[in-house]
Amino acid sequence: MAEIRNYTMNFGPQHPAAHGVLRLVLELDGETIIRADPHVGLLHRGTEKLAESKPYNQSIGYMDRLDYVSMMCNEHAYVRAIERLLGCEPPPRAQVIRTLFDEITRVLNHLMWLGSNALDLGAMTLFLYAFREREELMDCYEAVSGARLHATYYRPGGVYRDLPERMPQYKESPWTKGADLKRRNEWRQGSMLDFLEAFCADFPKRVDEYETLLTDNRIWKQRTVNIGVIAPEMALRWGMTGPMLRGSGVAWDLRKKQPYAAYDKFEFDVPVGVNGDCYDRYLVRVEEMRQSNRIMKQCVDWLRKNPGDVMVRNFKVAPPSRMEMKDDMEALIHHFKLFTEGYSVPAGEVYCAVEAPKGEFGAYLISDGANKPFRVKLRAPGFAHLSAMDEIVRGHMLPDVVAVIGTLDIVFGEIDR
Amino acid sequence: MSDTPPLIDALKTRFGDALLSTAVHCGQYTIEIAADQALDVMRALRDEKSFRFAQLIDLCGVDYLSYGISEWETDAVTDEGFSRGVSGEGPGRFNWEGRPTVGPAAKRFAVVVHLLSMDTNMRLRVRYFAPDDTLPIVPSMTELWSGANWFEREAFDLFGIVFEGHPDLRRLLTDYGFIGHPFRKDFPLIGNVEVRYDPDKGRVVYEPVSIEPRVGVPRVVREDSRYLQAQNELAQKG
Repeated sequence: MAEIRNYTMNFGPQHPAAHGVLRLVLELDGETIIRADPHVGLLHRGTEKLAESKPYNQSIGYMDRLDYVSMMCNEHAYVRAIERLLGCEPPPRAQVIRTLFDEITRVLNHLMWLGSNALDLGAMTLFLYAFREREELMDCYEAVSGARLHATYYRPGGVYRDLPERMPQYKESPWTKGADLKRRNEWRQGSMLDFLEAFCADFPKRVDEYETLLTDNRIWKQRTVNIGVIAPEMALRWGMTGPMLRGSGVAWDLRKKQPYAAYDKFEFDVPVGVNGDCYDRYLVRVEEMRQSNRIMKQCVDWLRKNPGDVMVRNFKVAPPSRMEMKDDMEALIHHFKLFTEGYSVPAGEVYCAVEAPKGEFGAYLISDGANKPFRVKLRAPGFAHLSAMDEIVRGHMLPDVVAVIGTLDIVFGEIDR
Repeated sequence: MSDTPPLIDALKTRFGDALLSTAVHCGQYTIEIAADQALDVMRALRDEKSFRFAQLIDLCGVDYLSYGISEWETDAVTDEGFSRGVSGEGPGRFNWEGRPTVGPAAKRFAVVVHLLSMDTNMRLRVRYFAPDDTLPIVPSMTELWSGANWFEREAFDLFGIVFEGHPDLRRLLTDYGFIGHPFRKDFPLIGNVEVRYDPDKGRVVYEPVSIEPRVGVPRVVREDSRYLQAQNELAQKG
């Protein structure tokens, strides 16, 4: 009789379903997974060490490059940690703008997840649909910060600037013209808040479209129902947070339980799953998009009614305006000191977490009183989720690995840091 | 009536001398314990009814070498003027060959664990120092929380902290065959080796880094009135 032995296979690091640079060493018995050993670190850039060698403000841009599909949420955790150490509180309007952009980011992230996960599991159309809406929201990123992805918009003490009065419009080009141009610019006639209001009114219909394609789709259910089941006890043991935890039926959301920014002002619900499988996590994320839309709508209404400052008036932390700087010697000196030396943060340590789209994203800062952090540790949700990979996929079939990688919603920017 | 928070009181009553120190800063609780008691204390924190910290949210290593050291003298003026802040010992200022040799420093490596209790909606930070700096060994938390596995592998990789009882203590983030522990304060910021494709050899080759160490902004600890004031205000807020 022929000798039968397990088969070891490399999944990635260059595999379309590996979501970046995951090298997964799989031990297979036929098509059944005996052991999965993820090798990570191919995108390790030493973000934390770099942050330790720079003044506080210069590292905000690195945060965007961690989880590069939920940029502003990462910034939020880092900036909030600095503010906590400094003891400075951003003005209410800045808090609501942050809430608004956290939710825009959540929708952006979940759209990316939905599109790419569906693509991995064989549904092509959804990817195109999801990117259509992502484009609109990315334009909001660009309108406030000038960058579509790496915004560096949140600053200690508030946000970089107020929302724009005019939403940028498409210009005529060989690809966009005539009736098409008019349709695309229809929402963009007024301010950014007008644009977002139009978006929020339209978006639930779009989510219905996604659901029409997937929720009752037989192939989708075959690929996700009862795949990658995570019991609540197991989710807690592995330090899972966010939709991974809520998919298993644990109603834990930092926005509700330990509110930050302006989340206590707004109404929303926290969806939870029942079975803890990939399908439940899909439903949780889709419902989260609807809830995010609800929060965005409320933020837009609030921001219309409440103009005001978006940055603390403290030149030790936030730069003075250009006008003031040219007029006032003190302001000029402050500007110079802020951009050359930065500001020293009182000695101490702090851990601040936000409910990022993927789970709890935390920034742990130790300051020794210098203008650079002594130690920065970024707690990435995907890191904890991916570490549970072996236990989740053991006993599943090879194609289910793709479904599980998808459902973990991993991005290597934050895992490898 | 004491003004210590109930959690700190409960911890003091339960653990007594095992708690080396407690602190409340920015409304967050920190305790320090000895490494050899860490496993027992953590098990109690996880299982006992008054604590119920079911989740290990984060575990990381810290290298306290050069803590509080400034590269720029700011409170003294000499006849020649102010100090310029151009020299120092930070990781940005030396390369692999010139890395400092560090003698035994007291309490250099620590492990910091962040626990979360969903039942009581509380967070707790636990710190334990490795007793020996030349070979820092601390107990592993993997038997209490499976999620500690990768966090400890990361701390081992980046700081060289050895976790006793860890089932699979391999490097996690750095390259295969990497030498040194990059997040230690005596590891150069520019790194050690760089890689490129060599067309003659037909493969990727490792070479010493070609960039020079450089520090754009010197590290400066300011202790002037505004920061002292901020610190006092913060302390009053708790």
